Amino acid sequence: MESVGSFIAYVIITAVIVVCSVLAVTTRKILRAATYLLFTLFATAAYYFQLDYEFLGAVQIAVYAGGIVVLFVFSILLTSHPGDNSAKLASKKRLLGLLGALAMLGVAGYSLVSRTEFLTARASGSNPDMQLIGETLLGTGHAQYMLPFEAISVLLLACIIGGVVIARKNH
Amino acid sequence: MDITILFYLIPSLFMFCCGLYGFITRRNMIAILISLELMLNAVDINFTVFNRFLFPGQLEGMFFSLFAIGLAAAETALAIAIIINVFRVSENIDVADVTKMKN
Repeated sequence: MESVGSFIAYVIITAVIVVCSVLAVTTRKILRAATYLLFTLFATAAYYFQLDYEFLGAVQIAVYAGGIVVLFVFSILLTSHPGDNSAKLASKKRLLGLLGALAMLGVAGYSLVSRTEFLTARASGSNPDMQLIGETLLGTGHAQYMLPFEAISVLLLACIIGGVVIARKNH
Repeated sequence: MDITILFYLIPSLFMFCCGLYGFITRRNMIAILISLELMLNAVDINFTVFNRFLFPGQLEGMFFSLFAIGLAAAETALAIAIIINVFRVSENIDVADVTKMKN
């Protein structure tokens, strides 16, 4: 049984997620789409905090909301006039998109609701402390993640070099 | 009122479908990338929710989300570099107008 306060918080977060993710894909001003994406990402971080993953919520805010959205805003300002509206959608294309999204929603939603064990599972466990997270991230034993950690560091280095090479001016 | 696992999976499914709709209908490359981020974010929510509700003693879902966030950052940085380069070549980032490599 949840406390009333946490349920109210859940309802507010969910409302923000639903409204802002719809607006992020339907608004015709591109800078507003980035702003609604930012709100959606913040609400997701709030989900993580509510699920007791405080480290993950902090990473979500720092990397997604702090890094990626700033990158989006910069590239929007570099490539388009922020006040412009995008062209109106052709009704055929909108119909196609709605059809695809609703088909996905129907199929996946039905398969979710039809699984009865999902109705009974309850959240348990507590916030993993920093020592556990650090040991899991840098250990080499069973269910520890040294190799992916190193692989992603090499990948990020490759991305930095690739980004510089691609975006550099050719002479 | 009990919060069960469906209370988190349904909003995340909704977010994924919004991303799908945007991915199909948008013309601007950056808007397509924003839709892609929505979909990735929905998947991250699913990983953590399954971890918390079904396997609370382990950390697999949380670490999957952590690595997915890192990968999403790398992917976005590269995609934006490519988009800026495309803009430099064709002065436009509408997907219908990027046809220079055709023929």
